Amino acid sequence: MRVLVKRSSAVQEFEVPRHPSQTVLDVVTYIQRKLDPTLAYRYACRVGMCGSCAMTVNGVPRWTCRTHVDKVAHDDSLQIGPLKNLPVIRDLVTDMREFFNKWARAKGQFEGARTRHDDFEEISPETRNREAVDAGIECIGCAVCYSACDVVAANPAYLGPAALNRAWTLLNDVREKENSERLRAVAGDAGCHACHTHMDCTERCPKHLSPTAAIAGLKRATAKAALKGEL
Amino acid sequence: MTQTVLWLAQRVTAAILAVCVAVHLATIIYAVQGGLTAAEILGRTRGSTSWLVFYSVFVAAAAIHAPIGLRTVLGEWLKWRGIWREVFLVFFACALLWFGLQAVIGVFA
Repeated sequence: MRVLVKRSSAVQEFEVPRHPSQTVLDVVTYIQRKLDPTLAYRYACRVGMCGSCAMTVNGVPRWTCRTHVDKVAHDDSLQIGPLKNLPVIRDLVTDMREFFNKWARAKGQFEGARTRHDDFEEISPETRNREAVDAGIECIGCAVCYSACDVVAANPAYLGPAALNRAWTLLNDVREKENSERLRAVAGDAGCHACHTHMDCTERCPKHLSPTAAIAGLKRATAKAALKGEL
Repeated sequence: MTQTVLWLAQRVTAAILAVCVAVHLATIIYAVQGGLTAAEILGRTRGSTSWLVFYSVFVAAAAIHAPIGLRTVLGEWLKWRGIWREVFLVFFACALLWFGLQAVIGVFA
């Protein structure tokens, strides 16, 4: 199989043997171990739990550990590059700082009102708020959605689907006490209203979450707050 | 806050425009049956307060809706952000309103 790897210096071509059930991460690992040890890439769990091995495969952002070569190879060839919309540190390794800084800017930290001396809050799984949290809580921060987002590409300040999805899950957490501040954080020029609802994030999310639905929820919530004069 | 108000304004005007465009197109299709003349159009619109109100609302909604969308296009495509973009868009909105209302008054009076 012919593999084109977009490295920091240039695109480099490798010849990699095919195997049954081979993943794209297997291909990258083969290149680094057998063909060129200078190739830089990032992975940890290899089973779709950590979200660190995301790369651009044939133009589409994917978890390489959960992507079988059989499913994505065109004419027995693959093109592998770093995630888009993020600065490249080297070869296939991107700098994730801005991505996570945006989570912080969208007020992605939980701040509850209770202390360790209080009892647990009882939350029924059937409540509408909790269902909204459940729909988005499984995000592992792999940045596939961020890399797929056209709005991030056009407006680098845009908070992006993952950070806004995080803000939406916290907004629906009944224990959370900082929600008015969170609404202000996501209502700015780079916030939820910048989303064009292209749904690339939802299309590409390996966890099958819908950041688009979360962002639509934030638009409604900020609009309600604005009409009440609370924003 | 500003973004939210702009978003709400664009959504509300979009709803108004959806109705206005539908009525406008339906009227055109109805009116062109058997030919169309300037005299026929003016015969319908001159002195008609209903058409005056309808097209005034249409123009006002377009003058609010279009600059908000253009604001995003200018920001994302031309990277034009900041105060001068807003000043330009206020002028653009006023121009749309002015020329639109001139046309509305032109077929009413």
